[in-house]
Amino acid sequence: MNKSDLIESLSKRLPNLAARDVEVIVNTVFDSMTDALRRQERIEIRGFGSFEVRVRKPRVGRNPKTGMSVEVGERMVPFFKVGKELRERVNKGQ
Amino acid sequence: MTKAEIIEQIYEKVGFSKKESAEIVELVFDTMKETLERGEKIKISGFGNFVVRQKRPRIGRNPQTGQEIEITARRVLTFRPSQVLKSALNKEEGGE
Repeated sequence: MNKSDLIESLSKRLPNLAARDVEVIVNTVFDSMTDALRRQERIEIRGFGSFEVRVRKPRVGRNPKTGMSVEVGERMVPFFKVGKELRERVNKGQ
Repeated sequence: MTKAEIIEQIYEKVGFSKKESAEIVELVFDTMKETLERGEKIKISGFGNFVVRQKRPRIGRNPQTGQEIEITARRVLTFRPSQVLKSALNKEEGGE
């Protein structure tokens, strides 16, 4: 399922809303989550999971083509931890 | 940030009532949960992919007692952030 499939599936369940509105809503959900992570803010969605930004220490990497050492600076990476309800539902599955 | 703040954003930017916004946001996450529960992956371009992975049983160890126990086969959810999201987190704001 991609974002358009998600929008389509939601539109079917919200027959009184225009598909265009559903699209704006879905985009707003992910945009506001991205903005929160940019502010290094933790996101917690009960029953779904939480997102946070973790700091990766600087390290010495290598250019795989030339083998030259390069300094890779400190980086921020998003991290997702699945919530209890979703973890159990995924594991039980169908 | 919690669901309440996402609902607030929908209310401010899209102009639905708070009640409607809450119902819709709830439905977004419910639909995603149902999809993942079926073992289907979700790809949100610009954000990331949620992927259900099948894990084989393996032998684990209680770190306190050292006792070996079998960790049963299971399905787990992983999130792979998109390159767009990863770069967004590393962009300098206001520059150096």
